[in-house]
Amino acid sequence: MEHTAHIEHHAEDGKKEVMRVTLILTVLTLVELALGFWMMKIEAQGTRLMIKGVIVILMMAKAFYIVGYFMHLKHEIRNMIMTIVVPLLLFVWFIGAFLYDGNSFKNLRMTYDSHKKEMSTKKVEKKEEVKETPEVKKAVE
Amino acid sequence: MSTSTTAPVTTKWWSGGKSPFNVEYGKLMMWYFLMSDAFTFGAFLIAYGTTRFATAGWPNPNEVFKSYPFAGENANAPLVFVSIMTFILIISSVTMVLAVKAGQEMNKKAVVNNLILTIIGGLAFLSCQAWEWTHLFHEGAWWGRNPFINADGTQSTTNFTNFFFTITGFHGFHVFSGVIINIVMLIMTLMDKFEQRGHYLMIEKAGLYWHFVDLVWVFVFTCFYLI
Repeated sequence: MEHTAHIEHHAEDGKKEVMRVTLILTVLTLVELALGFWMMKIEAQGTRLMIKGVIVILMMAKAFYIVGYFMHLKHEIRNMIMTIVVPLLLFVWFIGAFLYDGNSFKNLRMTYDSHKKEMSTKKVEKKEEVKETPEVKKAVE
Repeated sequence: MSTSTTAPVTTKWWSGGKSPFNVEYGKLMMWYFLMSDAFTFGAFLIAYGTTRFATAGWPNPNEVFKSYPFAGENANAPLVFVSIMTFILIISSVTMVLAVKAGQEMNKKAVVNNLILTIIGGLAFLSCQAWEWTHLFHEGAWWGRNPFINADGTQSTTNFTNFFFTITGFHGFHVFSGVIINIVMLIMTLMDKFEQRGHYLMIEKAGLYWHFVDLVWVFVFTCFYLI
């Protein structure tokens, strides 16, 4: 009897936790969307970069709640958590090194590749105007 | 010499007869599979990020993803449709948790109901993605073709569409396999397979996979649509 009562109590707690995490995920997503809409109106690169940083932090928070609660990892034993989380630390180097490399590549190209440099400042016409090109070609012929 | 005999007795987790991680074998292996899958997706997204950092201009996602079904040519609703897709996936993840919890309580009826809801959520997400791909295709976007110019008005490369279709396609394929797995779980539940086994551990493994699909979407959504 005591055993079944314990299980039922545990299940009730579990349901509450699911609802709590659902609410947190919803709120985090809504905040992300609000920041996304806000960012559309902002031109300043510094502010945009800051908002993007906040969005990435919120994304990590969402990932934590999904892995920790929905996938139940937070309630596993310590050895189990470590065998999953420690290998994922490889991403710290992976992301840092590759984004740094990409940025450095861009700087090198913008300094030494005159064609790329020219292309990055040359404006092109929008799609609507491009549509007319067959007719323009005919006129030229 | 004497230290070995006087040392406090510790639990020998690794000497056999015990489950060191206190989870079933299949569940642990599912975790390891998901870790390898996380590195696959991570490599894709980091390749995308590196390319973006190495490129001077990039199309504005709010210009590209501004339409929704049944909207006219001039629809201008960035982020709206994709936020609906995000919520569909979150809600289907919640119903999957409820299915797992019902399985732990050996409540077959609740397992069936929640699995059906999860499958519907997955199919709804796939339909949304199918619509979005069709729409972009008709606008002239595909692998190797990019009709959208950069946000600063310069000529864009095909990197944008290549990465978009590859990564969302790979994620969509995961959703598709997740739906298939969930349908198999539903059939097995209806056939009383788990009742006979005395546990619903298989649902927990399918659940881990489904949550992982949701988790990946959190990253894809942020990387492609928000920033």
